[in-house]
Amino acid sequence: MLTLTVSLHHYLILAAALFGIGLFGVLTKRNAVAVLICIELMLNAININLLAFNKFMTPNDFIGQIFAIFVITVAAAEVGVGLAIIIAIYRNKLSVNLDEIDWLKW
Amino acid sequence: MVEFAMHNAWLVPLLPALAFVIIIFLTKPWQKLSALVCVAGMVASCVIAALAAYGVFTNHEFTEKPLVYAVRWFSMPGLSIDVGVQLDPVSAMMMFMVTFVASMIFIYATGYMKGDPGYSVFFSYLSLFGASMLLLVISSNLLEMFVAWELVGLCSYLLIGFYTHKISAREAAKKAFITCRVADFGLLLGLLSLQIVFGTLNLTELAEKVSHFEQYTTMGILTLITVLVFLGPIGKSGQFPLHVWLPDAMEGPTPVSALIHAATMVVAGVYLVGRTMFLFHEVPSAMELVAITGGFTALFAASIAITQREIKRILAYSTVSQIGYMMLALGLGSLTASMFHLWTHAFFKALMFLGAGSVLHALHHKADVWEMGGLLKKMPITGYTFMVGCLAIAGIPPFAGFWSKDEILLAAFDTGHYVLFTMAALTAFMTAFYMWRLFFLAFMGEEKPENHPHESPWNMTLPLVVLAVGAAAGGLMGTPWAPLWQEWIFFGEAHHVEPNYLIMLGSVVLAGAGIYLAYTLYCADQTKAKAHALAEKYKFFWTVSYNKYYIDEVYLWFNHTFVDGAAKLFYLFDIYVVDGIIVNGLAAITRLSGEGMRVSQTGRLQNYALVFFLGVLAVAVILAFTDPSTAASLTGGAK
Amino acid sequence: MMAFLNSISWVAVAFHTLAAVVCISALLVVFVRNIVHAVLWLAVCFISLAGVFMTLDAPFIAAVQLLVYAGAVCIMAVFGIMLIRRGHMGETNLFNSQVWAGGGMAVLVTVLSGVLSFRIRYVGSPPAVPENTVDNIATLLLSKYVIPFEVAALLLLVALVGAIFLAKEVKAGADSDR
Repeated sequence: MLTLTVSLHHYLILAAALFGIGLFGVLTKRNAVAVLICIELMLNAININLLAFNKFMTPNDFIGQIFAIFVITVAAAEVGVGLAIIIAIYRNKLSVNLDEIDWLKW
Repeated sequence: MVEFAMHNAWLVPLLPALAFVIIIFLTKPWQKLSALVCVAGMVASCVIAALAAYGVFTNHEFTEKPLVYAVRWFSMPGLSIDVGVQLDPVSAMMMFMVTFVASMIFIYATGYMKGDPGYSVFFSYLSLFGASMLLLVISSNLLEMFVAWELVGLCSYLLIGFYTHKISAREAAKKAFITCRVADFGLLLGLLSLQIVFGTLNLTELAEKVSHFEQYTTMGILTLITVLVFLGPIGKSGQFPLHVWLPDAMEGPTPVSALIHAATMVVAGVYLVGRTMFLFHEVPSAMELVAITGGFTALFAASIAITQREIKRILAYSTVSQIGYMMLALGLGSLTASMFHLWTHAFFKALMFLGAGSVLHALHHKADVWEMGGLLKKMPITGYTFMVGCLAIAGIPPFAGFWSKDEILLAAFDTGHYVLFTMAALTAFMTAFYMWRLFFLAFMGEEKPENHPHESPWNMTLPLVVLAVGAAAGGLMGTPWAPLWQEWIFFGEAHHVEPNYLIMLGSVVLAGAGIYLAYTLYCADQTKAKAHALAEKYKFFWTVSYNKYYIDEVYLWFNHTFVDGAAKLFYLFDIYVVDGIIVNGLAAITRLSGEGMRVSQTGRLQNYALVFFLGVLAVAVILAFTDPSTAASLTGGAK
Repeated sequence: MMAFLNSISWVAVAFHTLAAVVCISALLVVFVRNIVHAVLWLAVCFISLAGVFMTLDAPFIAAVQLLVYAGAVCIMAVFGIMLIRRGHMGETNLFNSQVWAGGGMAVLVTVLSGVLSFRIRYVGSPPAVPENTVDNIATLLLSKYVIPFEVAALLLLVALVGAIFLAKEVKAGADSDR
């Protein structure tokens, strides 16, 4: 795939790979903070997609870039709140092991 | 008047029915009034019946063409039923006999049932029964007759079980109804087949069609239908093997036994066969069946009666035996002889039952004949009228039974059925024997000190006297020298037979021998020991006879094994299959599936996320690769 | 030599290098066993991603990425980890029980996305990218997309307040001003 011109497909494959890695982390990590940072990976993969489509489809509209800004904003807010939640849980249960946090079944 | 009675014969069953309604709804609190209403209804019917009978018997055209009044009951495509009355000599005779005997018995009952708390209800049931029986007698349509047939069965059930506090009475009522129901199943099938094959159940129309039945069906099917129809009379008239209910029906009050189980209801079967003679006549094998059943039953029941102890039971088996005679006569083709014996039997059997009731009334319902004795002195009217009845049934001339029994023996001999003739003759001997055994044991000999008999009041003795007159003189209309009966009531054509003096003499000798044997064994006290010794000597036969040939036990075993067995099977099916597999199984499936699916609720976020992404994946795959529009938008629709 | 150097598409080289770094560091984020190391590799990943964004002609986004993600988010994560510290740090980033299912899932999703992205066809060649991206973004943000902009600000405020409230120390016996 080491072609001389980088086209849309390259970026999409990269984004897909990053998304997959992030998904793997979300589904399989024990530590809640690890899950949180893997979610960040997924969001970044999305950003790549947005910017790639923006460049190769509609560069004049900048719609992808603006969307990406908002994604970054929301992701940052989400990390903050998520960490706060994890801290609160930790205070109660003294553990951030997601295997032990199973109260959703009630 | 006669014309009015003949053309309004439908009043005859209606008046007792009205009496029933009035008693039930209006006069139940007043006992004497209820009795009066009941008796008045039946007496009024008797008057109308007498007038109508007079009208029929003075006009020869009714023997060829009966007077029929019918209205349409209902009609559907393919089926229409008329109901109405049919007056011909047979039905007129029956109508008069039923109303007359019933009137006597109702009058008797006013005295017998005195003091019973259900007095009014009893009379209402009696009226209902009277209405049903009369409806049966004058029916012009077999369906109407069947309705009345069932109604009399119902009344029999109600009246047998009248003493509801006695378990034996309740059981007997059930037994009667169920046994008759088994028989009525056959009758119903037969009637339905008749309707299907011939398209009508009207007696006159059916008679017309059956006479050329080849157009409608084969001999085989006709035989089947006839046998099915005959099943009804087997049950209702207590023929072997469905005779078992009649002796137990004696649990009812004595007027009931006299009316229903001696004179009227049990002869309904004979009447039915008589009415449908046109059908039986075409099927010789069915006639043979009827004759053999009748003859066998006659002998069979007589052989049981000679060892029984209770007075009413002896009379009950006697009834079974005499009805056997009637069936035998029908099977031999002689409607004349059968109806004649029915007529005389009604009188002397009702008389004897009422007499037995008088005895029971006097001895406070002690029924064992071995505990009675010497009642003739203290109860002369009862005793002498009972003797008249015994003479009649034994067949001593000039009493009624002699003439009618003679007709039957003559029919058997003349048609060449010598085996049946021998059976009938033997039965005549046994009849005389057991009847006079009863008389000698109860009315002659020494009084027992613990009995305090007294004669019954006038409303009980008057019917006894009237019926005794009937039992004595009722046969005089059918003697060979004055064959009035034979001229009016016949099937096919009237036949005048030469009097066969040999048979007459023979039957008198047999009767006399029976009476003499009973006298030697049972009359004097010192010879009663002879009777017991005889019983010991033939102990096996005596036991078998006394236990009614164990037929009841066989039926009971059959019931327990098959009916209760089937019930047990269904019970097990219900417990294990319906309850266990279906109901509990469904519940178990629900519970187990719930338990199985509970495992998936782990509460863990990542498990849920996995399933979530699985769903997203599935949706995406399906949409992307199967739905063209989504595929286009996912893959190539960009500008 | 200069001709050779001129003939190389530097964008492609940059892209491939950065893409490799992104992927490797992302894998390391998931596979290292120490959570702090994971966060550090995350920072590396983010920085490389900023480079990737640069190749996509989005310099502003790249800058924002560096500021927000590599700067704030990673620091926040480290702060969080420090507040939740327990025991042996080397064992803080392990795999749970559904490793293989999750792995399969991730592979499937990746493959699907890859397949779908290969099937994309677009018509013609794209127009040229404008020179001044930041100006255009700024104009658009405050004119055409001002409402999402304001809403995003509101969102951040809410997140801030929420996070503070959730993570507040609960003093013993204090039900302060309820």
